[in-house]
Amino acid sequence: MSATTKLMYFSWIRERVGASEEILTLPDNLDTVSDLLSWMKTRNEGFAAALEFPDIIRVALDQEHVEHDAPIGSAKEIALFPPMTGG
Amino acid sequence: MAAKPDIRVQAEDFDQADEISSLTRGRTDIGAVATFTGLCRSEGESLSALELEHYPGMAEAKIMQAAQRACARWPLDGMTVIHRYGVIQPGEQIVLVIATSRHRDAAFDGARYVMDFLKTDAPFWKKEHRTDGQAGDWVDAKESDETAKKRWAE
Repeated sequence: MSATTKLMYFSWIRERVGASEEILTLPDNLDTVSDLLSWMKTRNEGFAAALEFPDIIRVALDQEHVEHDAPIGSAKEIALFPPMTGG
Repeated sequence: MAAKPDIRVQAEDFDQADEISSLTRGRTDIGAVATFTGLCRSEGESLSALELEHYPGMAEAKIMQAAQRACARWPLDGMTVIHRYGVIQPGEQIVLVIATSRHRDAAFDGARYVMDFLKTDAPFWKKEHRTDGQAGDWVDAKESDETAKKRWAE
C-alpha cells in the first residue's frame, strides 16, 4: 500500500509547519490519528513545535471531525487545526 | 417540509436588509425575523484588523449541518447564514444568521442554535492584527463557547 494522502494545516499549525498542505505517503504502521500525530512530530522541528501539545490538536478525516483514537482508515484528506474561533 | 438553508462563505461584505428581504419578499405567512450579526471589535483600539482563515468546503458543510438541524427542530420558514473570511477591520461585519418563522420563539432559538454551533464546529480561525505593529496572536478558543452549545442538548 503506497496510496498518497493530502495533509492540510491551518492557523498556527500551518505557520509552525511552514506549509498549508502537502501530499504524503504515510508509513504503513499508522493505525490511529494519535499514531499519525506522534509520527508527524518526529518529522522536523516545525512539526515538533506545531504538535508539542497533541491533545489540543483537532483532526478532520475527509472533512469530518474525529477523536484521536479514531482509525485513519483510507482517508484521502487529513486536516490538522487548533480549536475553531469563528463567528 | 423543512426550510432549505442558504449558506455562504465569502470574502465580500453583505447587506442585512437585502438578505432579510430575500427571505420575506412576497410572503404573508412569516411573522418573525430574528437576525444575529457578529462584528469585528478593536479591543480598545489595540487591533487594526482580524484576519479570518477557513477550511474551504468543510466550513460550508459544518454550517449547513447546524442549519439543517435547526430547520428540523423548529418550524422555520427560512434560514440564511453568511460568514466572511479574509482581513476584516473593526466595525465591519463578520457573520450573519437570519431565521424566519411564523412566531418569534422558533426564529430566536433557530438563529441562536446555529450561531452556538458555528462557533465551535465550523473551521474558522481569527488572527489579530495589532495597531502597535507587533506580531498579532491567533485568538484562543473560549470554554464558554463549548458551554453555550450544551444548552441545546436534547
